[in-house]
Amino acid sequence: MTDPRPLPPLLSRLPPPPFAPRMLGLALTALLRRIAAQKPAILSRLGPYQAARFLIDVTDGPVLLLMEPQARRITAHRRGKAPAHDAAITGRLSAFLAMLHGVEDGDALFFSGALEIAGDTSAVLALRNALDDAELDLTAELAALAGRFGAWLRSASALAARQSGYALSREEALP
Amino acid sequence: MELVCPAGTPASLRAAVDAGAHAVYCGFADETNARNFPGLNFSRPELAEGVAYAHARGAKVLVAINTFPRAGEQALWHRAVADAHAAGADAVILADLGLIAHAAQAHPGLRLHLSVQAAAANPDAINFYAQTFGIRRVVLPRVLSVEEIAAITREIDIETEVFVFGGLCVMAEGRCSLSSYATGLSPNMNGVCSPASHVAYAEVAGQQEARLGGFLIHRTPKGAPAPYPTLCKGCFTSDDGRGNRQTGHIFEDPASLDATQLIPALQKAGVRALKIEGRQRSRAYVAQVVRAFRAAVEAADRGEPMPEGLLAKLTEGQAATTGAYAKTWR
Repeated sequence: MTDPRPLPPLLSRLPPPPFAPRMLGLALTALLRRIAAQKPAILSRLGPYQAARFLIDVTDGPVLLLMEPQARRITAHRRGKAPAHDAAITGRLSAFLAMLHGVEDGDALFFSGALEIAGDTSAVLALRNALDDAELDLTAELAALAGRFGAWLRSASALAARQSGYALSREEALP
Repeated sequence: MELVCPAGTPASLRAAVDAGAHAVYCGFADETNARNFPGLNFSRPELAEGVAYAHARGAKVLVAINTFPRAGEQALWHRAVADAHAAGADAVILADLGLIAHAAQAHPGLRLHLSVQAAAANPDAINFYAQTFGIRRVVLPRVLSVEEIAAITREIDIETEVFVFGGLCVMAEGRCSLSSYATGLSPNMNGVCSPASHVAYAEVAGQQEARLGGFLIHRTPKGAPAPYPTLCKGCFTSDDGRGNRQTGHIFEDPASLDATQLIPALQKAGVRALKIEGRQRSRAYVAQVVRAFRAAVEAADRGEPMPEGLLAKLTEGQAATTGAYAKTWR
């Protein structure tokens, strides 16, 4: 596997097409609802912080994401128009994926400056711990949503992971 | 030697066992243990499942109930000991004298370990706990040199456990009041050093600031290595007495303990178990650290040299120290 490089700089500089944020938000909301239904322990670990609004700033991505666990909703927002939020996590896509899939330790990413947090630190900690315990696999979840295209998506994800170095599934975490 | 590994969640417990932990320590999701962080720790059913998972693979589960009960509210701590016993825990790790006395009396079949929080750092103190309450193992405070540990093990009849990796606390364990001073909450009473609810990060003029209870404790360039937001690792500016301003780490440098190279010496000193700190860390940390230390322990058993520098990026401040084990204090 190669070391993950940032996404192309143009992606974060150019404004996304008009309907892209809404489409991305709908797709991510569907993913969030599936994960919440499959792994309810995430919400119980979040406890009172289910009501928190998390701003996810993928610095090499085209938009800002607002995750609202209690409403089971993720919305995408244009850069420069950050919505109201309680906590913010900032970093490159590769760092988020590595943490989510158990390849990199969240505290180590924080120590190294690869991830930064602001706002309600308790909410961020609860989210980090809840997601870590859930042992998520985004490729598997997306493949389940993709129906008959699921097998193709798994293969494409494995190929993309090998070529890009991004941790696209939990299998990447295994020795 | 036994490798005792941290688990803040059921996923971490499984990761630790799968990576080769001989024993895993964990706590309930409340203030009865010294890692009472949001989203962390075990419910009663999760502990029972974790014990079953570990036992099926030949590993033990130790339950930390190592904070100091508040007067009038002992029932929470008593219930934690009873529930750990009922879940099949192999031992409970306790610090408070009253709670130890209760556990020894109410749960005579339960193995008792003395937490590092009890700060028992000499043979007299350790022998008192062993003879009075039947304590079977003492977790030694991180203030002793290897030579001092060897001297202690010669004068006691119970097992010793020492920290070999992770966050370093140089205070007399269980006696630190820095977090209480800044926030009103402490690891000793509330299970939290620098509670997240009192920590605030902000980007100010291109630098990352960390505050605890309103006190500025770090200011690091954006993207630079940063430590935990604890007062003991804080970087402060003060007057040097000659009219100059000086900035530095007053209490200790932001570095993690890594005693890998000292494992053979600790083995020779009679240490029975090696402990890895980090119940607040992720399953990725647990898996990597446990795998590395299992290999190191097996190498020590074979008389082979210790592996070097495998875990640097997982350490606080991305720097490591041998702490008090080898006295090289500045």
